[in-house]
Amino acid sequence: MSVEFVNPEFEVIRNDNRCIACRVCERQCANEVHLFDPDRGIILSDESKCVNCQRCVSLCPTRALKIVKNECRLRENANWSDSTIKEIYKQANSGGVLLSSMGNPNPLPVYWDKILINASQVTNPSIDPLREPMETKVFLGKKPDKITRNEDGSLNCELLTQLELSMPVMFSAMSYGSISYNAHASLARASKELGIFYNTGEGGLHEDFYCYGENTIVQVASGRFGVYEDYLEAGAAVEIKMGQGAKPGIGGHLPGAKIVGDVSRTRMIPEGSDAISPAPHHDIYSIEDLRQLVFSLKEATEYKKPIIVKVAAVHNIAAIASGIARSGADIIAIDGFRGGTGAAPTRIRDNVGIPIELALASVDQRLRDEGIRNNVSLVVGGSIRSASDVVKAIALGADACYIATAAVLALGCHLCRTCQTGKCNWGIATQRPELVKRLNPDMGAERLVNLMTAWQHEIKELMGGMGINSIESLRGNRLMLRGIGLTEKELEILGISHAGE
Amino acid sequence: MKRVYVNEEWCLGCHLCEYNCAFANSGEIDMSKALKGKPVFPRVKIDGDEHINFAVSCRHCDDPICVKSCISGALSVNNGVIQIDHNKCVKCLTCILVCPYGAVSEGEHGIVQKCELCVENSCGEPACVKGCPNRAIVYEER
Amino acid sequence: MKQYVIIGNGIAAAGCIEGIRSVDADSQIIVVSEEKHPVYCRPLISYYLEGKTDLERMKYRSNDCYEKMNCDVIYGRKAVKLDKDEKSVVLDDGTSIPYNAVCVAAGSSPFVPPFAGIDTVKKKFSFMTIDDTLALESAINKKSKVLIIGAGLIGLNCAEGLKDRVADITVCDLADRVLSSILDNECAKLMQDRIEENGISFMLSDSVERFDGNTAYMKSGKTVSFDVLVLAVGVRANTALVKDAEGSVNRGIIVNTKMQTSIKNVYAAGDCTEGHDITFGQKRVIAILPNAYMQGKCAGINMAGGKAVFDNAIPMNSIGFFGLHAMTAGTYYGEAEGGEMYEEKSKGTLKRMFTRNGLLTGYIMIGKTERAGIYTSLIREQTKLDTINFDLLKQVPTFSAFSSEERKKKFGGAL
Repeated sequence: MSVEFVNPEFEVIRNDNRCIACRVCERQCANEVHLFDPDRGIILSDESKCVNCQRCVSLCPTRALKIVKNECRLRENANWSDSTIKEIYKQANSGGVLLSSMGNPNPLPVYWDKILINASQVTNPSIDPLREPMETKVFLGKKPDKITRNEDGSLNCELLTQLELSMPVMFSAMSYGSISYNAHASLARASKELGIFYNTGEGGLHEDFYCYGENTIVQVASGRFGVYEDYLEAGAAVEIKMGQGAKPGIGGHLPGAKIVGDVSRTRMIPEGSDAISPAPHHDIYSIEDLRQLVFSLKEATEYKKPIIVKVAAVHNIAAIASGIARSGADIIAIDGFRGGTGAAPTRIRDNVGIPIELALASVDQRLRDEGIRNNVSLVVGGSIRSASDVVKAIALGADACYIATAAVLALGCHLCRTCQTGKCNWGIATQRPELVKRLNPDMGAERLVNLMTAWQHEIKELMGGMGINSIESLRGNRLMLRGIGLTEKELEILGISHAGE
Repeated sequence: MKRVYVNEEWCLGCHLCEYNCAFANSGEIDMSKALKGKPVFPRVKIDGDEHINFAVSCRHCDDPICVKSCISGALSVNNGVIQIDHNKCVKCLTCILVCPYGAVSEGEHGIVQKCELCVENSCGEPACVKGCPNRAIVYEER
Repeated sequence: MKQYVIIGNGIAAAGCIEGIRSVDADSQIIVVSEEKHPVYCRPLISYYLEGKTDLERMKYRSNDCYEKMNCDVIYGRKAVKLDKDEKSVVLDDGTSIPYNAVCVAAGSSPFVPPFAGIDTVKKKFSFMTIDDTLALESAINKKSKVLIIGAGLIGLNCAEGLKDRVADITVCDLADRVLSSILDNECAKLMQDRIEENGISFMLSDSVERFDGNTAYMKSGKTVSFDVLVLAVGVRANTALVKDAEGSVNRGIIVNTKMQTSIKNVYAAGDCTEGHDITFGQKRVIAILPNAYMQGKCAGINMAGGKAVFDNAIPMNSIGFFGLHAMTAGTYYGEAEGGEMYEEKSKGTLKRMFTRNGLLTGYIMIGKTERAGIYTSLIREQTKLDTINFDLLKQVPTFSAFSSEERKKKFGGAL
């Protein structure tokens, strides 16, 4: 082997006593790790191609396979880890920018795990969600500051346009192109069944999915791909994407090879052309410019649809959010630095942006301080992993959460973090027909509905424990949270007391 | 009556149905023991080409030509399930000659076999359906 | 209440009974059975000799099938007259059985040419029925030398059945090849070779001039000495009942697609009939078991007032000798008749597909016969070959040669 050799990350362990050489692993691996040797009647493995997506492990009928970390490690030290050294090798080999997928994998603080939830004891009794009604419904959009009355003295019940969610969770933006047709079909069908929303991302809306418009948020991003009147009309809300948690400050790039057939038609760009979303919106250099786009979109949709502005959580997020809240937008979506992506430069993904917990707490506080919290609803994303993360986010001040990584996990993603190769063995992050068909939307939608139903039950349990029977009463109720192992400064930003206080 | 159907849109051609079928009808409790190092003789078979795949097994026709053609009376319909009595079968293969679906085949030692919807083994429901990773094979009323 | 009479107790009769009962659960059914056995599978008699089945397992239906179907069977009696005016069937003991509808399923009988000196042969047998078989079985021993006249299906089946039970078998036939009715020269040679490899001798393009005791003097001048003679020259459809009643008869009883004969309320099914062969375009006797059952069932349903049509009969055979299996179906048109042939050959296998006017009309597959039914159904359904990818299909019996819609039809619902 030469200097170019990079030791494979994983090892394929096959239990020869169990393997029946059925070749399922061989047929299922788009990376071509497994190969049947007809002469010896056995299956060989080339682990250098393995990304540990576990497709073969999951489908092996005799459980003969396991994928383990390659124990053949480089001589690491605290400064130069195995992966750091290998990155150097790879760049020395290729001369290229390193690409990665999904969220930041580094051991940076996950504040959700350092926040604990309260429960009622003795006073303010807890509520049993199996016996008593529990409300998880939320409305997203601008709320009035005060009660107003009509001329005849009756209450004015008219709200500006709102999104009604059966529970405070939505599927966040993943474009058709970055994920497959069947993944979109699953998200759309599940959203409809659940009474929530999914988001087109910057890939346009496939004609087959216009029928799910009532549960669709259509995105307008810097490349404006797939945006036209019918598209804006089709959705229940329009989202302006300013940034993404996994790659704040940069645009997107879907290579021409993936712009084929329906993807090209849906994005409204020629087949084979690279879809490059610029880093900024070239017409937005200020909050005033943003306001123009917000109102352009409101004009285009006759003020019937809420406008969402999505930004990545970055250093001065509170000030940015304050500006957005004054721009006429109805909803602010903030994406934390652990949010996933179909492809991002590794350095950006792993080093740019801030945790969503801190961003959320500071934004909510800032908007309250400025008396404009009711101008907007807050939706947060960037690795919301469970019902308890949702509950903590709501208590920190969010109106709802965006989930994407959890959703694709439900669809079968095994977080191998190689979406950028387009060879997703689970049929999610790929456009190859033979791989796309591996995701049957009947199963996909069902699994998403299962996941959300389970979360909804858990949210109700947690709320009941706190003696709260409506999710609205939890929003911004930071008294329900305590920090553990956090510094004074962290507690101050999160606006919560330490456990025991 | 419930039958096994395949939706070729979702069939991956992974061939798991074949192995699950062969295992279910092997009488063994361990798949490796049942199938390792031997040729398998499934009653469901993947047909197709590089673009499209579909598992083919007995359709359990309402008016089955195989039963009508069986020269030994070994094939019969029991509660809608077409079954073969190996004791009577003389391996004349007339069923293979007439089955329009190519769903009858010669198994181990030339024994004539076909899908019996797993009613004769301990699988409980058709093994091909149970093991299909993409719900391409379903067992339902149509 | 009606009364149905079925003349014959073979597969066509079984089909007829099951056909009637699918429509009419109550009326009387009377079966006239010349043989003293409940319905059994005649083609199994050679398997019986080989020891691959036994008398019990040869029964086509369960022991209580007649009770279950509520039928009366008159064993050991022969129908001698069909009285179409009286609407009755007269048996050989003079009994007259009235009918509302009758099905003639009288089968066929072995045809024995008038060989000179045939009377001097003591041990001579036909090979059609259980009784023939049992008689033959009792006449042979390990040292027997058997001469079989006829290298058709019956003769060869008999030869294979006797193979391990006698010392020597010779099969002779006037034709220049074995299985001349279903195989062409080259295919026949493949089968013949396999049979010869297993120790059976042939004398083809030759026939017996005369017998003298245990010696056959052949036209070629050769002589064959034997202990046991099996006559398997051919069969003749039993048409007399209908012919005598002035019904239309050719080589078999003429039936339409409802299995009606030219006489009102008289139906016919099975080997005694002559029906339309869709690959041949004419009526012919198709004396094969599947046909018998399907005709019988169709007749039964119509007799009982139901509506059934059997209009896609084709000749087809699945035969194997000493492990070499052959399947054939339909008609093989030569180039002179506008036919085309596709051929695949490898060691021990042979496949020939015969097409004409955009249809598959017949095929021969030897050695490799998997999924042959797909081809058979192309013939039966008269599938237009330009609607499918026949170039692929003729090589591989795969449904990817059909369109997705067609597959949906075939596999998408109850059939």
